[in-house]
Amino acid sequence: MSVPLTLLGLLEREPSHGYDLKRDYDAFFGRGKPLPFGQVYATLGRLARDGKVVVGESETGAGPERKRYVITEQGATEFEAWLAEPVEAQPHLQTTLFAKVVLALMLGRDAERYLDAQRAAHLRRMRELTEIKRTGGLVDALLADHGLFHLESDLRWIDLTAARLDALAEAVRS
Amino acid sequence: MSGPNVPAEAGPPTSLIEARDVALSFGRTPALRGARLSVAAGEILAIMGPSGSGKSTLLHCLAGILTPDAGEIWFDGRRVDTMGETERSTLRRDRFGFVFQFGQLVPELTAEENVALPLLLGGSRRAAALKEARTWFERLGLDGLEERRSGELSGGQAQRIALARGLVAHPEILFADEPTGSLDSLAGEQVMDLLVAAAREQGTTVIVVTHEPRVAAYADREVIVRDGKVSSFSDAGVGA
Repeated sequence: MSVPLTLLGLLEREPSHGYDLKRDYDAFFGRGKPLPFGQVYATLGRLARDGKVVVGESETGAGPERKRYVITEQGATEFEAWLAEPVEAQPHLQTTLFAKVVLALMLGRDAERYLDAQRAAHLRRMRELTEIKRTGGLVDALLADHGLFHLESDLRWIDLTAARLDALAEAVRS
Repeated sequence: MSGPNVPAEAGPPTSLIEARDVALSFGRTPALRGARLSVAAGEILAIMGPSGSGKSTLLHCLAGILTPDAGEIWFDGRRVDTMGETERSTLRRDRFGFVFQFGQLVPELTAEENVALPLLLGGSRRAAALKEARTWFERLGLDGLEERRSGELSGGQAQRIALARGLVAHPEILFADEPTGSLDSLAGEQVMDLLVAAAREQGTTVIVVTHEPRVAAYADREVIVRDGKVSSFSDAGVGA
């Protein structure tokens, strides 16, 4: 995930302090991996240097000085372009999963057992994500669904491969 | 467990239902070839496997709908495969619940009568059965649909009615054969959410046959049926 573009997106909503940006980033996108404050301010510094945000007036109070960041037209244009661009549809042609199956078949190992182990691991993760969906909020469910659909597509590939193992073994050994 | 039906090798003490080396052929086509499976009380188990692998046949053998050619089915210390049809019907009616892929509601009955059906067949009085059935409508988000017939329900609503019917008599085991197979993702998810929540609440064991990983992910564990046998891999306690 692009941290700079995500922060720009949060600023497109409304001008914010670095602290607020971190809080919202962690709430929606962090998922157990909070963004360090250092990275928030370093990123905002680069965005300001590149003309994508400007620093508003400082607010002084009892605590440390707080700067409010505002997205510029250039920043908004870049964010809109990024948002409109589809994510690359990665064909995953060279995955470890694929390499292991081909090597197992090549070497006469038990590829079916490997696929069974992989299926069990995928389903274990799917169970965890399903539990997150069942117990979490709608945003958690949205993220969990994304993972679930990807794991499911892997599982379809695993099942199809398992069904074709004999023919595949012949193909890779010939 | 006592009497002539005590198995020579008792399963795990928590095992509620068990298939022991079950074989069954349809004509010359073998569907099950020595399937072994043990399900604990309160467990939610998914049976997965390719089309034609024998997963639905195994479910039907466990539920006493089909009789194996060889092997044994045990439920709560009793041998099911050697029971007479009357005894098996009673077992299915009183202690098992069922949900199938297409709901299979009785079209002549209203939704609430469909839900009440297992209670009525079990000898409950009509008023009491309908009262109990109605409690399931709110629980499963079906308020207002009590008087509708199956033709007036969406697929997801019909399947939730079928789920209520499967659970209304508080069965010890709910057998579900592709319960979301005819539904889109969201409707299927609602059915599974409700099925798991209700089963956990009343301590019902669930055995669900599915080819959908997203459905299997609601279960506590999964087994794979392949060529009429239960894969030992994902279930270290059973299989060949």
